Order: sequence, then structure tokens, then C-alpha cells
Amino acid sequence: MDPIIKLENLTYTYGDAASPALDGVSLEIARGSFTAVLGHNGSGKSTMAKCLNGILRPTGGRVLVNGMDTADESRLLDIRRTVGMVFQNPDNQIVASVVEDDVAFAPENLGVPSAEIRERVDAALRCVGMYDYRLHAPHLLSGGQKQRVAIAGVLSMQPECIVLDEPTAMLDPLGRAEVLAAVERLRRERGMTVVLITHHMSECINADRLIVMSGGRVAADGTPRAVFSQVERMRAEGLTVPETTQLLHELNASGFDLPLDALSVDECADAIANFLKKD
Amino acid sequence: MPIIKVDDLTHVYSQGTPFEKVAIDRIGLDIEKGELLGIIGHTGSGKSTFIQHLNGLLKPSSGTVYFDGTDIHSSREFARGVRFRVGLVFQYPEYQLFEETVFKDIAFGPKNMGLSEAEIDERVREAAGFAGVPESLLEVSPLELSGGQKRRVAIAGVIAMMPQVLILDEPTAGLDPAGRESILQNIMAYRRETDCTIVLISHSMDDVARLADRLIVLDGGRVAMDGTPAQVFERAEELVGMGLSVPAATQIALALRARGVDIPESIYTINYLKKLLIARREGDGQC
Repeated sequence: MDPIIKLENLTYTYGDAASPALDGVSLEIARGSFTAVLGHNGSGKSTMAKCLNGILRPTGGRVLVNGMDTADESRLLDIRRTVGMVFQNPDNQIVASVVEDDVAFAPENLGVPSAEIRERVDAALRCVGMYDYRLHAPHLLSGGQKQRVAIAGVLSMQPECIVLDEPTAMLDPLGRAEVLAAVERLRRERGMTVVLITHHMSECINADRLIVMSGGRVAADGTPRAVFSQVERMRAEGLTVPETTQLLHELNASGFDLPLDALSVDECADAIANFLKKD
Repeated sequence: MPIIKVDDLTHVYSQGTPFEKVAIDRIGLDIEKGELLGIIGHTGSGKSTFIQHLNGLLKPSSGTVYFDGTDIHSSREFARGVRFRVGLVFQYPEYQLFEETVFKDIAFGPKNMGLSEAEIDERVREAAGFAGVPESLLEVSPLELSGGQKRRVAIAGVIAMMPQVLILDEPTAGLDPAGRESILQNIMAYRRETDCTIVLISHSMDDVARLADRLIVLDGGRVAMDGTPAQVFERAEELVGMGLSVPAATQIALALRARGVDIPESIYTINYLKKLLIARREGDGQC
């Protein structure tokens, strides 16, 4: 594996907190992969996200981004250009009063020539489907639109990896779908490495890899299908599984014999319909 | 008599400017005492504007909202009283905490109502209990709390006014599944204890499907549907057409029907779907 990010025994303790928020996490994020990180509040998933580009520096262990240590202050700018971050609340991330100015903010600060800024901004806005809104005022956009502008703002920096920390938590179903579609495109069209922190099970289904965090540690790590099939274990971590898996699991408890890895609605319906026919 | 009666309500934002927007378009409905009314609708459908009319925070552009038979805006005094009797918990209320301690924050409403110190103390403790705020947190600064705890403090602050109608705008938004479930359980327990009327706005179809007695679907500032969860989710395809999702159980049931599995249309909880499927299989076995 060619890791873009490497966590080595990463530990983070906030201020004078009694216990660490992250407790010795070691893992690698493969270049070009789509990793979903799931966990309940307080599991350490957001703390981990903030360690990925040096917003938080480890209090123990280290984080390497393309080999650069996030504790090395002199590399911080390079690290943040490599790993861009999108946060939960779209209203806290928008700085300008016109959409395209907002998206131009990062490349302007990086001293990119203006002709190139124009290109980058247009490409970034097209990528998230917000080009038609480039002259709009951000505060009049919907949550999903604002969040896509925030993603474009990160894209204009041309990072190799984008970390999204619960980007859909404050959005309605339509906004969620828009943002997820934009994220999907980053990966497909730009081959970007995507790390998506979420507590929506349904958003993890299309990931290459699903990491479940609990109590500051990695509780499960594998393909979404493999992880979600462990229904009892997920429940023990205080997490629910997708409704599809839950139904299959409960039917099995009542004497059905169904595969637990049928995650999508269609797969789930196929599994049940086939079983009823055979039965 | 309904506790709240909405009569031909229209709300227009920025009236008379180029930004004029009709947010609520001639809504008429009754909210009955003691019911749990769920409101669903995508962003921009008018939900938030609508609920701000229910406690008189907004004035109708036209039409009237009655509380217990009286026009909310009939006098300033009455409108002020309605703010205490119809408690509104906004979306992301944790951003509105401002006092030095959790106790003082929860006490803000009752204090404004002019209650005595002893009454305030009693109400704060009771409301904290209902909202799941442990006694040990009352003297802590709200800034030190987690997001979920702050949310509970904000809900306690509204409950402390002992409103007859409790309106919650997305009370579980942004919380993890465990936090979501626990806050909903607290709200349901509060309802059982007080027989309070509850209006719950939610994007989570699974939550409203499970909890509400009656559901209203808003679309483009109008009431597009009004009925029991079974009646509303029977129209799953229309809901999807409005940009809304339907509960996972409804989606699975629709997919099963499409595969020739004979089950009814109005399924909206996993539990019910499970029971139907088990019953079906056992029924088959006997044949």
C-alpha cells in the first residue's frame, strides 16, 4: 500500500482531561482510497480528523502526511496544502460575500497567479456543481449548497486528500445527497483520497474501507459489508447498523437464513424475496 | 377546541422588495390538545417559518393564529403570555446558551416569567431531570459541556417554562444514533408525565414515523399531506418526488412488493415489517 497518511500510535489528550480522546491509534490511509470513519459522539473520530492535517498536534505518537511529520511546524503549510479539511457547520467556513471570492480565498493566500486562480475556482465550482452560483451571496444559499462551496474552497487549494468531518450532519436529506454526490465525484474524476467522518451509516456504504472508532481506539476496520455484518459488536459499541442489516439480523433471529451483508435496499429486498421463494 | 388553530395563514418575507418570497401560503390547520404532531418537509418548505407563528414570534402577513381560542396577536400582553405557553426549541439551540452556569441558563425562562426563587429552583431541577441533565452539571459552565449535553440544557430551558405546547425544531440534528434515541426517549417521557402537546420537526422519517400521532408534510409553503404516519407513508412515491426520503422500512417494503412479495403498502417501521414477514413465512409453512 502507498499510504498518503500514516498514524503511528497516535494519542491525543485535551488540556487536563483525565483520559485521552485518542488512545494509541495506528493506521494508514491508502492514496486514492475512500475511507469512512464512523463512531458515536466522543469516540475520538473528530479528534482524529483534526490530527490529519495538523490542526491538532499529537500529544503522543505521530502523524505523517506524505512522510511529513505534523509536529514539524516548518512543514505545516505543505501538510495543509496536501490534506484539506471540510467541517460540519457550513456557516463557520465561508468568509467572503460572493461565492467565487470565497473559493478564491485559499489560492489567493497561497500567492497563486490570478489567471490560475480563475481556472482553479471555476474548476472547483464545476466539480461540486456550484458554477452557476459563482456570483451569488453565500448566506442566501441552502446548507447543502454552502457546504459544496466550502468543499470547492478546499479544492481550489488542489490538495491530494480531503478530510470531511461530518459534512452532512447539519443538512437535510437533499443537501446530504448533493454533498455526497460531490464527494463521490472528487474521487471518481480527480482520484482524490477521501476521508469521510460521519455517524450516518448510509454514508459509509460506498466507502472502500470503514473504520469504527470507540473510546479513542479503532473498534473495527474493514469493508463496510464486513463491518456491518457484525451486528452485535456494533451495538456493543453504541452504534446502530443500517436498517437493512438490522432487519436481516432480526429475521435471522426468528429462523430466517439471510446474508447480513446485503446493505442496500435492493440487495436486502432481493435477499428476503429469494429466501421466501426457496423456503 | 384545538389548542392552536391556524387560519388561512400566509407569511411573505421582504414584502414589496425584489427579494419578496412567500414562505407560508394560506395554511389552515388545527393542532389538538395532547397530540404529537410531526412536521416534515425539505429545507425551504416553510417549516421553520411556520413554527415561529405558533408562538407569535412572527406576525402573519395575512390570516390568524389562535391559541386556546384567542388571536395570539390580539394584544401585546397575550402575545407575551403565549411565548411562555408555547415553548419553542430552535434548531441547534446549544448555540444560544449564554449564562455562566447551566442552572442560570435553564432558569432564564422561569425568571422572566416572574416566578419566586423557590419556584425557579424547583422548576430548574425538574426540567433538568426531564431533559436528562444530571444534577452534577447544574453549577458547571455550559461551555464545558459536550454538544449533546448542551442540547439537553437548551431543551430544559424551554421545559422549565412548563409550556402547554412544546415545539422542537430538529431536536436530534447532528447527534449520533445513541444521543438521538436518548433525547427522543426523554421527550416521550416528558409527554407521558405532562400530557403536553408536542410539535416535532424532523428530517428523520424513521423518528417521526415511530413517534408521531399525526404527520404534516409541508411543500412550497403549503400543507401537501396531513394524516397518520400510515396514511402519509402510503404515498411514498409522492414524498420522494418532493425531495423527501421515506423510512427505510417503507423503502424495503416497496422493493419487496416490486419483487412480488405480497405485503401491504403502509409499512413504516422495521418492527412491523419484521412481524409481517415472519407471519407470512409461518403462514406459508402451514399450507
